[in-house]
Amino acid sequence: MFSRKVLTPSLFSRFATTLVQRSVKTTPVSLGSPYAIRGDPSVASGQVKEKMNLFTAINSAMSIAMENDPTACIFGEDVAFGGVFRCTTGLREKFGEKRVFNTPLCEQGIAGFAIGMASMGVTAIAEMQFADYIFPAFDQIVNEAAKYRFRSGGEFNVGSLTFRAPYGAVGHGALYHSQSPEAYFCHTPGLKVVVPSTPIEAKGLLLASIRDKNPVIFLEPKWLYRSAVEEVPIGDYEIELGKARVVKEGSDITIVGWGAQLHVLADACEKAREDQGISCELIDLRTLLPWDRETVAQSVKKTGRLIISHEAPKTCGFSAEISAAIQEECFLHLEAPIQRVCGYDTPFPLIFEKFYVPDAFKNLQAINETVNY
Amino acid sequence: PPSSLLRSLLARSQVGGALLARPAAATTGRTFATKASKAGDDDTPFEVDVAPFQVHKLESFPEPKVETTKKEVLAFFRDLFRMRRMEIAADVLYKGKFIRGFCHLYDGQEAVCVGMEASINYEDAIITSYRDHCTYLGRGGNMYEVVAELLGRKDGCSRGIGGSMHMYLRENNFYGGNGIVGAQVPLGVGIAFQQKYNKKRNCTFTMYGDGAANQGQGFEALNIAALWDLPVVYVCENNHFGMGTAEGRASKSPEFYKRGDYVPGIKVDGMDVFAVKKAVAFAKEFVVENGPLVMEMDTYRYHGHSMSDPGSTYRTRDEVSGIRRERDPIERVRKLIVEMELATTAEIKAIEKECRKEVDDAIEKAKACPEPPVDWLTKNIYSSKPNSFEFVRGTERGIQHEAY
Repeated sequence: MFSRKVLTPSLFSRFATTLVQRSVKTTPVSLGSPYAIRGDPSVASGQVKEKMNLFTAINSAMSIAMENDPTACIFGEDVAFGGVFRCTTGLREKFGEKRVFNTPLCEQGIAGFAIGMASMGVTAIAEMQFADYIFPAFDQIVNEAAKYRFRSGGEFNVGSLTFRAPYGAVGHGALYHSQSPEAYFCHTPGLKVVVPSTPIEAKGLLLASIRDKNPVIFLEPKWLYRSAVEEVPIGDYEIELGKARVVKEGSDITIVGWGAQLHVLADACEKAREDQGISCELIDLRTLLPWDRETVAQSVKKTGRLIISHEAPKTCGFSAEISAAIQEECFLHLEAPIQRVCGYDTPFPLIFEKFYVPDAFKNLQAINETVNY
Repeated sequence: PPSSLLRSLLARSQVGGALLARPAAATTGRTFATKASKAGDDDTPFEVDVAPFQVHKLESFPEPKVETTKKEVLAFFRDLFRMRRMEIAADVLYKGKFIRGFCHLYDGQEAVCVGMEASINYEDAIITSYRDHCTYLGRGGNMYEVVAELLGRKDGCSRGIGGSMHMYLRENNFYGGNGIVGAQVPLGVGIAFQQKYNKKRNCTFTMYGDGAANQGQGFEALNIAALWDLPVVYVCENNHFGMGTAEGRASKSPEFYKRGDYVPGIKVDGMDVFAVKKAVAFAKEFVVENGPLVMEMDTYRYHGHSMSDPGSTYRTRDEVSGIRRERDPIERVRKLIVEMELATTAEIKAIEKECRKEVDDAIEKAKACPEPPVDWLTKNIYSSKPNSFEFVRGTERGIQHEAY
């Protein structure tokens, strides 16, 4: 049984000091996670590969989508010169100003406009400059885009619509440049929510999202835009939506994550293996809505233990959905309660970011507790 | 001034020496205004000409002449200069990684908040965007609190939790400091509603930029303000760029003072502190009687949108330096002081020195200030107990942090 401990300020600051000290000395586990996991090597293995980082891979995906689909358009704030994260570099020069254009500063307008375009069958790729700014568009996305097909009995749909937004912690983003809003959208039937974790994954998932016949929210981990580099196939390839990937096979515990957090989890798994010989099975969910229940359930039936981790706050984070669903399906297989290692239930802080994020140490502790339950 | 060769030649003779002793730049024989103030005469009013105001659906509007005094002009100079120094110091601090996160600098636009404060009092309310460091100072905040907040220290105006974009001063009715573009505009209308409801003869200035002018919520709230005759002034600080997008490419009509359509508007040279003062005085009187007014401040920012933006990919360096040369608010006031002999060069230098010292002292003190304690992370999420949540759920199962 675990004991309920109340962490008094002094206890917490001691924990925090240890955290900081350890982060300075030890590698590879660190508070600022290095880019640990590589994309699925079996994807498009026959193609020529080129070294790309995340934003270049996304750029490549959009370029291919635009080439093959003459109706495709990219728009959003400041995308014409390349975008604040360089994701749309060179696209305006290549495809012209009628297909890659800036919008004024109005997210609700962008969303409504994109929905209108998509309802005519045009492939609309709309960018929200930061996921934190998606909220003025929330009504349009949830009430219009998600329900169009349903309310018109199939007459109309906005399947050719994709919203792209950078999400997640970046080290100094504070309240409004670090949020992870995936849970709000996963709560809306009619949408799909996709989160890549490496450049190979991002390109394949984005191409699949653009071509998917449903409105997709594509959340890009901004932490990885520059730091994630790998050899990415230069041609056209897709990664199926709704299928998770088992990144590392293991036998003692299942760990589920997505996006930038996957690399943090990989660190924790590596440390657990080194220090305690715990064999972790790491799963990249890739698509959050609809999420791959089967793969996760199969894994939990094998290991009997589950940890889910994300930066978003704990209460009603997407881990709650996974947790509830898995305990329904795998109750008798579970050896320990399912743990969720998440951000605190506070707004995303500026000065306290290092303490807020669910880093490798917190995950390592959770792994230990769960395995030794 | 004589060349160095001539100088050395002159210095050898008595006559030459006398010539050299004369001050280099003499302001001779020119009267600027009929009621010119002489040194030592602080409160004699005199008039300054400003550019005429462009108006939209306004029958009566202010004359382009502003009354001011020597005391006021020197105070303007001091305020403008200290704000400028603080922003430049913030630039240096950011590059030195003392300030992290996002930092949006106001240099070039100082005349807007300085001119505003000259015509209003602390019972009037201001709410603005994330470019708020100088607005906070204008509202009576002190520089140490600003710098400490930028550095994320616990003596900052928001206890180090808010950062650059979230500075507030409750007792002087400064409602911040808002990160999300345009979200503050309807809030300002709400504040104005409260002022009218409580029968105060005060108004609210809800400030936003040319980029935010296209946010739907602004128009929604403007309609409400006009419908209910709320004492709100929509101040559009038009610095001509919404981050990297020039106004002409974001707005069909870049005449922001006309955007209110059925709401009257006025356009002001936002880099002329006297024009701003006159227009704001007019605006306050107007809105308290008649309902909303849209005021466009034609201004410019020298820095990029934020410290991550060099500010040179979407405009030329010549443009920026041109504005600096022609329209800089501080230089205009300095020129007035010099031409009207309101202060000697030495006195101006003394003011500048004091301002620089104020900035340096604030930075030194802020650097020495400790960061907020970690348990403040769970503070102020909800109102304090026993109203609401006892604990904030943490990442470790079974360990909980107190909420307070």
